[in-house]
Amino acid sequence: MSNKNHHDKIERSVGLLAILSIVAISFGTLVLITPLFFMDETTQPVDGMVPYTALQLEGRDIYVREGCVGCHSQMVRPFRAEVERYGHYSVAGESVWDHPFLWGSKRTGPDLARVGERYSDDWHYAHLMDPRSVVPQSNMPGFPWLDKNLLDGKHTARKMEVLQSYGVPYSDEDIAGAASAVQGKTEMQALIAYLQSLGTHLK
Amino acid sequence: MSSFWSAWIIVLTLPVLIGCAILLTWNLKNYVGVPEDQTTGHEVDGISEINNPLPRWWTYMFVLTLVWSVFYLAAYPGLGNFKGFLGWTSSNQGIKSLEESRLAVVKAVEEGRNVELDREMVRANEIYGPVFQQFAKRDVLDLAYDDDAIKIGQRLFLQNCALCHGSDARGQQGFPNLTDNDWLYGGTPDKIKETLLYGRKAAMPAWFDALGEQGIKEMTAYVLSLSGRAVNDREAEAGKAKFALCAACHGADGKGSLAHNLPFGAPNLTDNIWLYGGSAGAVEETLTKGRYGVMPAFKQTLGEDKVHILTAYVYRLAHPEQSAAAQ
Repeated sequence: MSNKNHHDKIERSVGLLAILSIVAISFGTLVLITPLFFMDETTQPVDGMVPYTALQLEGRDIYVREGCVGCHSQMVRPFRAEVERYGHYSVAGESVWDHPFLWGSKRTGPDLARVGERYSDDWHYAHLMDPRSVVPQSNMPGFPWLDKNLLDGKHTARKMEVLQSYGVPYSDEDIAGAASAVQGKTEMQALIAYLQSLGTHLK
Repeated sequence: MSSFWSAWIIVLTLPVLIGCAILLTWNLKNYVGVPEDQTTGHEVDGISEINNPLPRWWTYMFVLTLVWSVFYLAAYPGLGNFKGFLGWTSSNQGIKSLEESRLAVVKAVEEGRNVELDREMVRANEIYGPVFQQFAKRDVLDLAYDDDAIKIGQRLFLQNCALCHGSDARGQQGFPNLTDNDWLYGGTPDKIKETLLYGRKAAMPAWFDALGEQGIKEMTAYVLSLSGRAVNDREAEAGKAKFALCAACHGADGKGSLAHNLPFGAPNLTDNIWLYGGSAGAVEETLTKGRYGVMPAFKQTLGEDKVHILTAYVYRLAHPEQSAAAQ
């Protein structure tokens, strides 16, 4: 075997292989991801955007907890079939304050990026309690316990502080009033408030 | 994208392609010094190592990906701000408002830019636009008895309305029956269209604080008596005394806001048609907690032309037979 084969060294040393693999992959990250942190298109909110209210924020966390993102995407793609069904395609400026974003990658149920104001609160209530009461062919599970669980608002202010540190423009009054804004509300109310806000900021 | 980040992407992308090409040639060299299919001389327990490189056609596929990447980066927007010779993009980028999006589409179509979604929408509009425009010119009363319009209307209804009003349009608790010709905001074509385009927000306040438990019972009795139900007369009398609270929206006679040409959507309480149930328990709940029915607006989602056809479909639901006057 020739001594000139330096690749032989890489193949025999797992550590070197790992380091060089990371170097190779990092080029992709540097090109595809790094610029997005600094571009106006991806870091500036859409016109007139407001952050989630305390109740909507709690609703969002329930959305995360119940795993809604496993079956519902929040990303209307720029295709006619989607635009006609859901509304304007999702734009980056709508997600800049979402930490983490909930774009999802699977649609067992429909996309929810523009579900806000599409149905009434009453409909969402009936649908979340028992989806088949309003959509007979639905295979979505019901979430009736959300109507019993009450929010205590213990961590709401802290959550908003953390988001504030990420650049979400919450005012100090927002944070001070967070706990009282959600205390005693049901998780159902919070989730519906969140759903009704989705996709309504692009005006 | 600023020119710095554009340069960043170009400077990192092109050398990587060259690097891949170098790595590939480097790895395809025959380092073992024996021809293909010949033993290298290593032998363990009677098993010899043979020089068995990757099939040539397989390695050509690596080369093909490199060639493809050069073509791709030349044709499509991949290298920073370079737009590619096809000028293709999936959609207009950097949209911050619906108005901006609308203007971007107009501009892209005017300039003949290669925006995939815009072209798709223009193509569809060339096919379907005239169909909808033809219907949009005709009167709702006419369309309501046009088979083609009703077929389109039914599709639109099933996709957008059936979730609340049901596929048979007979509604359910909290969502009005559209087939009974009983209307909250009016059943003329104009009013139906207004409801569809802009939505409706009803507000039946909660009366528990004002009436108290006994008051709610009495008012329930009076409300039920309005549609001729047998109730406790003494309770109904007591309820009637307080009905002025309700009369502001439902009218002193309880016949609802529509009968008095008022836009509140307060139901007629005398016709024994109940949106939230007509049992004593349901009426009590309505009075205690209030009701806030919402009809969403469809102007944004469907557009005026489709709403026009849908108006005809909804009108037809309540008027299955064409009246002599309309003919």
